[in-house]
Parts: sequence; C-alpha cells; structure tokens
Amino acid sequence: MKYMLLIMGFREGEGMPPPPSSGAPSAEEFMHYQQELGQAGVLVDSGLLQSFEDATQVQVNDAGERLVTNGPFAESREYLGGYQIIDVPDLDAALDWAARCPGAKYGRVEVRPLVEF
Amino acid sequence: MGPAGEPVEAVFREEYGRLLALLAARFGDLDLAEEVAAQALLAAVETWPRSGVPREPLAWLATTARRKALDRIRRDATLATKLATLHADADPARRSEPVAEHEHIPDDRLQLMFACCHPALDLETQTGLTLRYIAGLSTAEIAQAFLVPPATMAQRLTRGKRKIQQSRIPFRVPGPAELESRLSLVLHVVYLIFTEGYAATGHQDLVRCDLVDEAIRLARILHRLMPGEPRVTGLLALMLLTDARRPARVDDHGIAVSLEDQDRGRWDSSMIDEGARLTTQALRHHPPNSWSVQAAIAALHDEAPSAQETDWRQVRMLYDELFALTPTPVVALNRAIAISWHEGPQAGLDHLEALASEPGLTRQHHWHAARGHAFARLGRHAAAAAAYRRASELAQTPAEIGYLSARAEKYATPG
Repeated sequence: MKYMLLIMGFREGEGMPPPPSSGAPSAEEFMHYQQELGQAGVLVDSGLLQSFEDATQVQVNDAGERLVTNGPFAESREYLGGYQIIDVPDLDAALDWAARCPGAKYGRVEVRPLVEF
Repeated sequence: MGPAGEPVEAVFREEYGRLLALLAARFGDLDLAEEVAAQALLAAVETWPRSGVPREPLAWLATTARRKALDRIRRDATLATKLATLHADADPARRSEPVAEHEHIPDDRLQLMFACCHPALDLETQTGLTLRYIAGLSTAEIAQAFLVPPATMAQRLTRGKRKIQQSRIPFRVPGPAELESRLSLVLHVVYLIFTEGYAATGHQDLVRCDLVDEAIRLARILHRLMPGEPRVTGLLALMLLTDARRPARVDDHGIAVSLEDQDRGRWDSSMIDEGARLTTQALRHHPPNSWSVQAAIAALHDEAPSAQETDWRQVRMLYDELFALTPTPVVALNRAIAISWHEGPQAGLDHLEALASEPGLTRQHHWHAARGHAFARLGRHAAAAAAYRRASELAQTPAEIGYLSARAEKYATPG
C-alpha cells in the first residue's frame, strides 16, 4: 500500500500555533532519513520543494484563458515543503515512518493513502 | 431444541463480535466481513429453528460465513484482486477447508478493538465502531444510546469503516512501543461508554443504562484477552465497584441519592466482591495506574458501612496518588471532597475555593454541590442554599436537579 507523507510547514506569525520544535530541519537530517527509507526498501519517490515564496499559481477559466499569479495561495497558513511516497503494509507502518521524518519535529507530516487502480 | 427466536437472538448477540472479528482478520475487509456475517446469521435464523442450535454455534456461523465469502470472491473478480493485494485469505488451497466442530476458534476481537479505537479515527467514531462491531449493537441502538439521529450515526460508522479500509488501519495488536498509548485509547473508549450510560441512570430513559452493561461486557472481553494487564483489570474493577451502587443511586421518585445517604444494603454485594478481588489483583503491579487507584477508592467506599465510617485518610492518600498520576481539575475536586471528610469541612472548603478559577469545574454542578455540602456542615446555611441553587441550575439530569433543588430548599428555609 502506497502512502504519501506530506511534509507541512507553518508560515510564521499570524498567530500560528508553534511547531513542536523551533527552527527548521537541517539538510543532514533529511539526507539521513532519506537513506533510512532507501535501506528499508520502502521508498518509492521523494522530493523537497523550494520556498513557498517561489510558488506560482495557474488557473484556467471556462474560456480556456490562463490566469497566472505570483506566490502561494494567499490564505493558506501552511505550506507543503516536500514529500515522500512509501510502500508499506499498513497505516501503522506508514505512521511509524512519518514519526521519524524530520518534518514531524518542526511542522507536521500528513499521511495520505494513494488511490489504488 | 424448541422454537428459536430468543435463544437464537442471544447466541447472535454473544457471537457477533467474535464472528466479525474472525472474518475481518481473515479477509482484511470489514465490508465483506459484515456482509457475510449478516448472511450467516440469516441462514441460522432459517435453519436453527428446524435443526436446533448447533453445539458450536460460532463454528457453524464461521464456516457458513466463510463459504459465503469465498462464493462472493469467486463471483467478484475485483474483490478477488483487492484481497490478493491485501495478501488476505483468498488462497484457493484454504478455501474448501472445513471448520471442524471442535476446531479451536481464535478470538480476534482484541485486534478488531485496536482497529476500531485507532488514533486515526475521532473519539465518537471509535466509540460507535466499538459498540457496533465488538458489542454487536445495531446502528439504531447506538444512535438511541447517544441521542443522535440514526442517519447521523450510520454516516459516522460508514465514514469510520471507510477510513479503516482506505487507509488500511491494520487489525493487529500494536507492538510493545505503541501498546501503552494505544491501549489507553481502547480503555478510554470503554470508560466513555460506561460514563455515558452511568450519567443517564437517573433518566426514565432506561435504554441508556444498557451502555453501562455493554461497557462492563467490553471490559470483561478485554480482561479475558489480556488477563495480565493491570490497567484492564483496574478498569473492570472500577466499573463493577461503581455500578454495584446502581440500585441505591436513585430513590422511588427518581431523585438522585448522594453516596452519603444511599441505602448500602441495596448495593450489589457480589459485584463488590468481584470488584474488590480484581482491585487487589491490579494493585499488585507497580507502579500503580490511574484505573487501579480509582478502583481502590471505589472499593473503600463500597466496603464501608457508612460515609462516616469510611477510611477517609486512605481515600485521601489515594486521591493524592491519583492526582500525581493524572493532575486534572476533576481529580483535584474529588480530592478536596475527601479532605473535607478527613480533615473537616473548613479544610475541604479551602481546597474547593482554590479551584474557583477552573472554568471546567465552575461550569458543572459537582463543584457547586461540594461547596454547598461543606457550607452546610459548617452551619453556613445561606451560603449552602446559594451553592446548591447554582448547582441545580447547572445539573443535567432530572434526578440530579431534583436532589440539588431539594437541598437548596432545605437550607434556604430558616431554622
């Protein structure tokens, strides 16, 4: 069963609840986690995203016209920082991996099962 | 065997949870398990009145349900593929294997209970699923018990079941690293079912009292499956020792009777004996857990001939211990009440007043009633009347409102 671990970060300020730990995970922490996933043979895919400030929004209306806007969706208080797709037997195994993700310490990790076709 | 009906019903009620747990564990699919369990029960209703209830009803039901499941898998290629990816029991070699009359049938209810009480589900869903699948209550019965429309409960159960399926919550007892916290959730659900029913025992609505029995039945199942687990033993003991007082809790006019004024002769002595025995057993484990300590407090009350002759010193010490384990405002309130009995009403009142800034307490009647009681014992009748009046305004059940209003009246009358 495949699960996506969405690594969510909080935007600072705006009365946001503080993350479990302050600061941000280091690249080394993520590298190490990535290696562990690889060695366990559960990693399907992964990616880290550039800052949400570099995001661009695209929408297409009924007439087929593009609307391109700069930046993240204004109202979102959280942003996606990266993801892993893992293949494990069940939710408990996925939660175990999510708990070890450095993102869980500094923000939160959302675990979503992938639709199976 | 005579005409079925009630005996068949009784067997179903008793066996449904085990049957469903068995099928869920075997096929890894709750929908399928539910469907074929229902079919097996239907087959039993048709067959048993003629042939008699089989000696091993569960084995009969399990065999029948499994056959139905395998038929269903044969007919439904999509389901077969799905089960294959689940590595579930779609293996043809095992398909025709019959269940012998005396084959040991595993009890998989613990696994199913951990799935129903998984932290990925919200508390209301955990409670609903546990009552539906482990206790075998119908959706309508659960809805009635929690005073929600049946459609709301049906939707809640469907969503919960869907999440178990889609996110593949395993039917498994968690490993040692997670067991502690996961078992806490299971026990919390069982106790919530108990308190939901217990709080309502003053209602004319007797249906809700069934929740108390269901909670005790669930705790008995857990205790049978985890006999060495002191928290389970403690919880079962606590519920037995509390429910033992049920016959004396409400008078003939439906008015609540305080612990102090209850006719202790009406308490259920066999439940008290069993509860006390279990408490001793649970307290042998160190360090003690909050369930066992609460059970020990309940046992001291149950074994005392009157409120005055209760070992309040011991009760107070146990509340100190409980507060160290779970420092909640409610425990602090109960501790203050114990202090008022042990050291005197003024000491108790001082502790109660120190809790005046806890909104969770001041919005409920218990804190006000405890103050009223302390004032009354100090001879401060006007203050007692005011506190009892406030408590009666905040109380929820007619039995409690009746009791608290009567107290307020009593102390408001001069002389």
